[in-house]
Amino acid sequence: MEIGWIETTIGALFATVILTLWLSRGSGWLEPRFWRNAAVVSSLIMTGILVYLTIDSLNQIREGSARVPAYTVINRTIGLKRDYEKRRDIPVVGEEVGFFGKVWSEAEAYALVNKGKMTLQSRNCMDCHTLLGNGAYFAPDLTRAWLDPKWETMVKGMTGKATKEEAMAEWLQHPDRYPTFVRRMPNLGLTDEEAMALVAFLKWMSAIDTNGFPDRFAGVQ
Amino acid sequence: MTQALPQGRLYESQKLALWYFWVALALFGAQILFGLLAAWQYLDPNFLHGKLNFMTNRMLHINAMVVWLLLGFMGGVYWFLPLELGREVVGIRLARFAFFTLIAAVGIVVLVYLLVQYGPGNAFTLWFITEGREYIEAPRWADIGIVAVMAIFLYNVVATALKAQRITGVVAVLMFDLVALAGLYTAGMHYTPNISMDQYFWWWVVHLWVEATWEVLVGSIMAMALMHLLGTPRRIVETWLYLEVALVFGTGILGLGHHYFWIGTPEYWLGLGGFFSALEPIPLVAMVVHAVYDAGVHRMQTVNQPALFWAIAQAFGNFIGAGVWGFMQTLPQINLYSHGTQLAPAHGHLAFFGAYVTAILTVIYMALHQVRRPELPRFDSKLWKWAFLLMVVSIFGMSAAMTIAGFTQTMVERAIGGSTWQAYIDAQQHPWFQNGMVWRFVFGVFFLVSYLVLLWDVLTIGRGEARMAKEVGAHD
Repeated sequence: MEIGWIETTIGALFATVILTLWLSRGSGWLEPRFWRNAAVVSSLIMTGILVYLTIDSLNQIREGSARVPAYTVINRTIGLKRDYEKRRDIPVVGEEVGFFGKVWSEAEAYALVNKGKMTLQSRNCMDCHTLLGNGAYFAPDLTRAWLDPKWETMVKGMTGKATKEEAMAEWLQHPDRYPTFVRRMPNLGLTDEEAMALVAFLKWMSAIDTNGFPDRFAGVQ
Repeated sequence: MTQALPQGRLYESQKLALWYFWVALALFGAQILFGLLAAWQYLDPNFLHGKLNFMTNRMLHINAMVVWLLLGFMGGVYWFLPLELGREVVGIRLARFAFFTLIAAVGIVVLVYLLVQYGPGNAFTLWFITEGREYIEAPRWADIGIVAVMAIFLYNVVATALKAQRITGVVAVLMFDLVALAGLYTAGMHYTPNISMDQYFWWWVVHLWVEATWEVLVGSIMAMALMHLLGTPRRIVETWLYLEVALVFGTGILGLGHHYFWIGTPEYWLGLGGFFSALEPIPLVAMVVHAVYDAGVHRMQTVNQPALFWAIAQAFGNFIGAGVWGFMQTLPQINLYSHGTQLAPAHGHLAFFGAYVTAILTVIYMALHQVRRPELPRFDSKLWKWAFLLMVVSIFGMSAAMTIAGFTQTMVERAIGGSTWQAYIDAQQHPWFQNGMVWRFVFGVFFLVSYLVLLWDVLTIGRGEARMAKEVGAHD
């Protein structure tokens, strides 16, 4: 379903004005009654539109939709490419390569990403980092963390791990051992399972279509 | 008009309001303290590292703010409601019970934040330690408590209006708004692994509270305050309040879309959110016009000088902090690069202070006048002017410093650097950013000093010798 934002905007404003004028016929625009009607009408119309768009938005961001990938995306390669028609970067899901040496079934992938999200909340990541740009600003944005070149160019070497996911999990469990900046991430006592789950969550999040945020991540071509 | 008790006597609910104000002011102090700790950690990252991490200080900083502002609003309503409806608030015992329950719950949550800080990645942590979602980090049990307290609060307002067999426009708006306030909070009480859906409803609490229901709540409180402070006729105050509700809800509800640009939600939010949030400053401009008009008519003199100045600061602060600083980064073309930089806290600090802190201080000074010296024709002191001046200067200083740091991030990290981990580090090490963080801390210390001056004034104003009081009164 395509909703044009300009039509919605003009329609909402037009409906608010017309309905207010109609309900207030007989009273001048400086009278309390006029603005009381305006308050009720604008609240109801805007709430109605919000509810309608919420239903549509929730359908479009359900996991497994075109915008938000299924959790099994952790089994595949993920990249970004410039979509010149849409004038923004979009995530590209590629071939199946497995994750931590195995291919995760739908149920297993769900359980893992779910554990990752719980870990993310329980360690309060959002009060230092931003996720999809929201949170605190003491540490880097994690939206495309899985795609960050530093894991390959620096952390893999530091940790001596063979794959990116193993290097990430090791780094997350012992950030105190592998400093990258004067501001160090504290060791938050992640278990092996939690670290693996968190990496899965970050990988899944990096495949969400965010309308191009952040722009040209790591110089996407 | 409204009905007050004979001079020097207070309604029970007004006595309760004072309790709300004192706890609010104490938590205001806690907010500043944890803010300073977090600000210092930008300058010395080893400070309390591993003991009281940035995330914990920051969580306490913003949670103390949410709670103290809510307490201030509730105090404001308990203060004015009996005057507005001409009778004692119904269910005052229940209200007292809610107050002490809320304070006990806040105490437990803070202790757990400080002593436990975080937990294993399971539902137990989310229920009993923290939910780890910025602004609404409170564990789930406390969420339920907050909704219960809001329900009691709503009951007090509705039952009082029913018993008084009277409803004013202000009280009607207030009731409508409180239903929305309590209802919206429940939108933030769901767990989902899907981060896009999580943030979709997280913003229903964070945006629709702060940019819609709180604005209207403060609008109703200020409406009641202005009738007492300036003797503005009810007809005018209520018409303005309706106008404000029409504009705030008319722009703010779909203005929510400016948070839906980049969280995975469909592209139509770019246009809708950009357009409606760009209109959000309009009601704030309207309030500035009204404040300037009122202040001019009264030649900057009223029965309560500190309350008048804080009320004017509210109109300007709301417009500049929420309106101008918000508009600066609300269009998607700009927000693509500025989102998630220090520009957000620059706006946040100025907006929360300008829109809400000032409003609560207005009401507190009005209450102190009635409590301490109701016979005084003009409530005034020397000290509040210093607190006012220093507080306004230091909040602007902090916001300016963060704005410069934010522009640096927008350019170095986002526009040029490609938003990577290394680009983040490059921006954080840029001299403009680092200077910004130093000045933010310096102005933060000024802010603490101004808070202490304010606190001293609030504790002493109107308590001086009768002679002093007469002198001040004789100036009129």
